[in-house]
Amino acid sequence: MSAITLKDLNQIPVRLASGHRLCAGCAESIIARQIMMGTTGEIVVTAATGCFEVSTTIFPYTSWHTPYIHTAFGNGAAGGAGVETAYKSLKRQGKIDKDIRFVTFAGDGATYDIGLQSLSGAMERGHEMLYVCFNNEAYMNTGIQRSSATSMGASTTTSWSGSKSYGNKNFPKDLTKIVAMHGVPFVAQSAPHAWRDMVSKAKKAFECGGPSFINTISPCPRGWRFPSNETISISKLAVETCVWPLYEVEYGTDFTMSPESLRIAEGKVEKKPVTDWIASQGRFKHLEEERWEPVVEEIQKGIDQRWEHLIKLCKL
Amino acid sequence: MTPAKHNDIAINGDGAVALAWKQINPDVCAAYPITPQTIIVEKFAEYVANGEVDSEYVCVESEHSALTLCTTSCSAGARTFTATASQGLAYMWEMLPITSSMRVPLIMAVANRAVSGPININNDHSDAMAARDTGWLSLFSENVQEAYDLSIIAPRIAEHHEVQLPCLVNLDGFILTHAIERMSPLEDDVVKRFVGEFKPLYPLLDVDNPISHNLMDGPLYYFPHKYQTVLAMDKALEVAKQVLAEFKSISGREYKVVEEYRCDDAEIVAVVLGSAFGTMKEAVDRLRDEGVKAGVMMPRLFRPWPIADIAKALKGKKQVMVMDRHMVPGSYGAMYAEVAATLIEEGGDIPMMHNYIYGLGGADTMVSDFMAAYKDVIEGRAKRVNYLGVDE
Repeated sequence: MSAITLKDLNQIPVRLASGHRLCAGCAESIIARQIMMGTTGEIVVTAATGCFEVSTTIFPYTSWHTPYIHTAFGNGAAGGAGVETAYKSLKRQGKIDKDIRFVTFAGDGATYDIGLQSLSGAMERGHEMLYVCFNNEAYMNTGIQRSSATSMGASTTTSWSGSKSYGNKNFPKDLTKIVAMHGVPFVAQSAPHAWRDMVSKAKKAFECGGPSFINTISPCPRGWRFPSNETISISKLAVETCVWPLYEVEYGTDFTMSPESLRIAEGKVEKKPVTDWIASQGRFKHLEEERWEPVVEEIQKGIDQRWEHLIKLCKL
Repeated sequence: MTPAKHNDIAINGDGAVALAWKQINPDVCAAYPITPQTIIVEKFAEYVANGEVDSEYVCVESEHSALTLCTTSCSAGARTFTATASQGLAYMWEMLPITSSMRVPLIMAVANRAVSGPININNDHSDAMAARDTGWLSLFSENVQEAYDLSIIAPRIAEHHEVQLPCLVNLDGFILTHAIERMSPLEDDVVKRFVGEFKPLYPLLDVDNPISHNLMDGPLYYFPHKYQTVLAMDKALEVAKQVLAEFKSISGREYKVVEEYRCDDAEIVAVVLGSAFGTMKEAVDRLRDEGVKAGVMMPRLFRPWPIADIAKALKGKKQVMVMDRHMVPGSYGAMYAEVAATLIEEGGDIPMMHNYIYGLGGADTMVSDFMAAYKDVIEGRAKRVNYLGVDE
């Protein structure tokens, strides 16, 4: 694969128009554009219900310059699979001749929670489609409710911090590995500040000849409580603290650390403490109180354990 | 066209539906197993395995995904069908009004079965009735032949460019799905010609003309968009009549949107859906032998509800009994309420109305039971809502 340059990416047609209604500083449109830069060919987009769907398709407007379909919340993967199945059938019968790629976009609620079964089914059955999760770690479209992707200690509108609570009680479920263990050709974690890494992963996903899954951290100024001009630096911090390591997995067995995280694993760049991450966002503000020190320690411990495990999986 | 050569076979209802779809040769089928539908998709999978159809067959992980996959597949431009029953249809419910509002003309066979709880695998219409207001066309079969014929008729109505609605083809679980009956299939090429090529409107895979499907509507657009489904339903009634007439010309078999049996001079008429229509015809014959002026009718086309046809058929009757094979705790059976509303259409004296809930969860309802119901109504023993066979 040749090196990805901004000059080349600039030549790829824009499929998602500006003027959509996502919040200022939302990472989702940035991610979607980077993902779709992974192919110069035709793309059909499926979306699950969520911020991204709502904000790009409010009738009578659409932000899509490429075919787009949405049906409901918990079935983004099945929706993508249906389009891909129709394509497979019509192509085999000679009823269409174009080469088309398929991508599904969905949030973490639609992916980790209500759409998990649909996702698992589509991955297992081998549909040639890329599924992208915008992981902003909560149900942002309905107003910042906790999901199974929410960080431990985050205050959300259904897991408030309070006099007797430090916020969300659990570590997020490791969905990337759950999908990888389906044995599909390509699975990766990515982050929007690492655009070259994201585009290169999208390219691999589109060309892998089977189902693929990219889980991206998607910083949310509203839900995470940070100024809307810090989206990219927050994304970077997620990787620097190893809260969100960048890696890819082929066929469920071959784990490879991506460049930014690799430099940390090799000790070339210092791993930042989770307190930096916590200090950067209002959703963790309460954790700075002295009484929650043990919780912060537990969060750090959890991140360390998962990071060490990933290093082993990547055989570093 | 001349009527096709008849070459009768013995086949059950599920097999007949699968055979119809083999002859239609859809582009995509996605389904999930559920009794008593499963034989349809098992048999279809066999056709796929033996290369007898060109279809892509997807073994989805749930009915919710089955209907989702079929909806987007059909939107993409592929002729698509599926089948389900009972809990499966209930699990699909979220998608039912989405499919119709997206104007996706896919076909779904429903092997009518009781909805839990308690769990019960046998026949009633509680599944189809829970789907009745979701914007799907809905057809009911009396026997195996009709389940086959309606499977071939359904795509012609659903895919008509002024209709563009999904369609349920109902056949009673076990009573039809598993019972082997004599049936006359049509020749493959006759079916192929009748159904024709699928000509989707605005297919998603037409990448040169990109379209966004199923956008978000605010209050300004939601209502007028939903109203378009009403217009499509109105059109579907007219189209259904044309398609049924055309089907007669290729098959010799005559179907009407509302089937009437000995209703012309009847004083008491029952309204019923599905296989019980046959049982009730026998009850009518026996009552006629006793001098009772009884009749029975079936709205073969349940959605759209053929208001004018039903109103006309029931005008001037002394008594009407509506047989609902499902129940609405706390109210009347759904079809009773619709028939009652329909009777206002023609004006004049409204017949005396009675509602019978019968045959739930596979409870046998015999000719003698229906005869007793007619007599209870005539002789003034019936209540407004009666639960046939239940010791009230």
